[in-house]
Amino acid sequence: MTAIEDVTSYRYAVPVVPSPASQGGTLEARNVSAWFGSNKVLERVSLTMPANTVTALIGPSGCGKSTFLRILNRMHELVASAQLNGEVLLDDMDIYASGHRITETRKRIGMVFQKPNPFPAMSISDNVTAGLKLTGTKVARSDKDALIERSLTRAGLWKEVKDRLKEPGGALSGGQQQRLCIARSLAVEPEVLLMDEPCSALDPTSTRRVEETIHEIKDQVTIVIVTHNMQQAARVSQQCAFFLAEMGTPGQIVEAGATEQIFGDPVDPRTEDYVNGRFG
Amino acid sequence: MTALLDPESDVSPSPGLDDDRPRSIDPALPRVDKVFHASALGIGITVLVIMGAIGVFLGWQSIPTFKRYGWGFFTENQWQPEKDVIGISAVLLGTFTIALVAISIAFPLALSSAIYISEYAPPRLKNLLVSLVDLMAAVPSIIWGLWGFFLIQPKAIHLAHWFHTHMGWVPFFHVDTDPEASSWAQSRYAASAFIAGIAVAMMVVPMAAAIMRQVFSQAPIGEREAALGLGATRWGMIRAVVLPFGRGGIIGGSMLALGRALGETIAVVLIISPAFDIKFRPLEVGTESVSALIAGRFGEATSNQLSALLTAGFVLFIITLIINTLAAMIVSRSRSGAQTD
Repeated sequence: MTAIEDVTSYRYAVPVVPSPASQGGTLEARNVSAWFGSNKVLERVSLTMPANTVTALIGPSGCGKSTFLRILNRMHELVASAQLNGEVLLDDMDIYASGHRITETRKRIGMVFQKPNPFPAMSISDNVTAGLKLTGTKVARSDKDALIERSLTRAGLWKEVKDRLKEPGGALSGGQQQRLCIARSLAVEPEVLLMDEPCSALDPTSTRRVEETIHEIKDQVTIVIVTHNMQQAARVSQQCAFFLAEMGTPGQIVEAGATEQIFGDPVDPRTEDYVNGRFG
Repeated sequence: MTALLDPESDVSPSPGLDDDRPRSIDPALPRVDKVFHASALGIGITVLVIMGAIGVFLGWQSIPTFKRYGWGFFTENQWQPEKDVIGISAVLLGTFTIALVAISIAFPLALSSAIYISEYAPPRLKNLLVSLVDLMAAVPSIIWGLWGFFLIQPKAIHLAHWFHTHMGWVPFFHVDTDPEASSWAQSRYAASAFIAGIAVAMMVVPMAAAIMRQVFSQAPIGEREAALGLGATRWGMIRAVVLPFGRGGIIGGSMLALGRALGETIAVVLIISPAFDIKFRPLEVGTESVSALIAGRFGEATSNQLSALLTAGFVLFIITLIINTLAAMIVSRSRSGAQTD
């Protein structure tokens, strides 16, 4: 090969952005308790969320599922009166240990919120790369377009927006905005993706698309999803945890296990009542 | 029912099917509401009428001056009524120079204090700081003038000298004296637009900071959490969410501050030494602003001079009106001024 061919073959042989062969991480919560001021809202919750699986957190409103989820990526401490106890281990390292950078944790554990929140002033492509820009991750210009296409494809949005990538992110419909938020979270290549009732504000078609996305990405990302919709939990998850906060007591996990077992043959009578729609 | 759709039938379509127009509807407000609407409208119109009356009055009083001096009023820089030579070109330039210095000092101060108060300050300190900034606005202008004259001027002269020594080759920083002399002329740096600008800046900082702070606090929490959830630092989140959201408030607040700075009177009168040269040198002694001119000359004015002063006031009124209208438009059209969900 001539010198020029040497250089070009070298350049394309070393990808700048690693392909999403990255595996999800195992998330483990140990004896997590949470307070808002003096009000205890979670009581010693322990749960292991295995790598590359979808864990659904189900339970009636107000039992601490969202609080627990927000503890998993250190968003709980944004509230002034919030406190917690216990450990959260990502790949056997406590994310709350002193010396662990919070921005690094949130990059590895991403979050999709209940209400879609794309950055309205930015274009769709800038929204997708916003996470990279905010964390200071350098991406070569030539790879940027490929990354945007890949993230939007994984989120199931590429075909609908590929001709209008420069339009502002706020101009999309609700379901498209939520998928844009998913693409934005996926672009930073997290090990875990937390989803806080991601479809509660969406119509059935968008809900179905988001569930398809969850199914496609679970081989690369561990997913923890809070949902009120039990049919959705049954459809998307491999493992379920049933949260309950009885009158005045802090939230706890009543039962956790494989989805088929929780829905088909639950051990605790309260679980059986909930999954059969008798309350909640 | 099917008769309507059947073309063979002799029953004609019911009347009204062809003229489907909106009907008028009457909300039938109770009398009390109607009275309230009318009085609110009346009061609103009264405010507009008063503003218009001020403009008309000033414009009416300006007519003799415009008749006498014509457009030369805007090109002449000397103000010597005994020689019948009157013009506000130097005065307008001085007004803008003082306002420019004031905004250059006030804008960074207001922006950084607004960001600190709304984003970084711990909750107890936040309330204290908000009160302190608002208290700054309550200090009377004359106090700022005395502060500027007695406290700031002796110190700021050295700063002006420093600027002149190191950047005097730029005409903006030049002063007509020798900076290298062992006993350099302190009086050449005093009573300048720079000193007046410092005092005026202190007066407009609380106004701009309050608007910016309120606007930053309205930045939607959903977007803030989205940025933080992606792994952004707090400053990264502020740059990506809060500042773009608050752009309207930043610009609008600054323009309102500019409007106030253009018209500030007593502090300027106390500090500056009137001079009517066309020069863009804020560090040098001698300048004049429209409001200082009116305040200074009003007592001894003849009727001709009075008309000239009122004309200068009319020009200031129009300029301030334009700037404040632009500021209001920018704020109301931006995300921060309009509805947020």
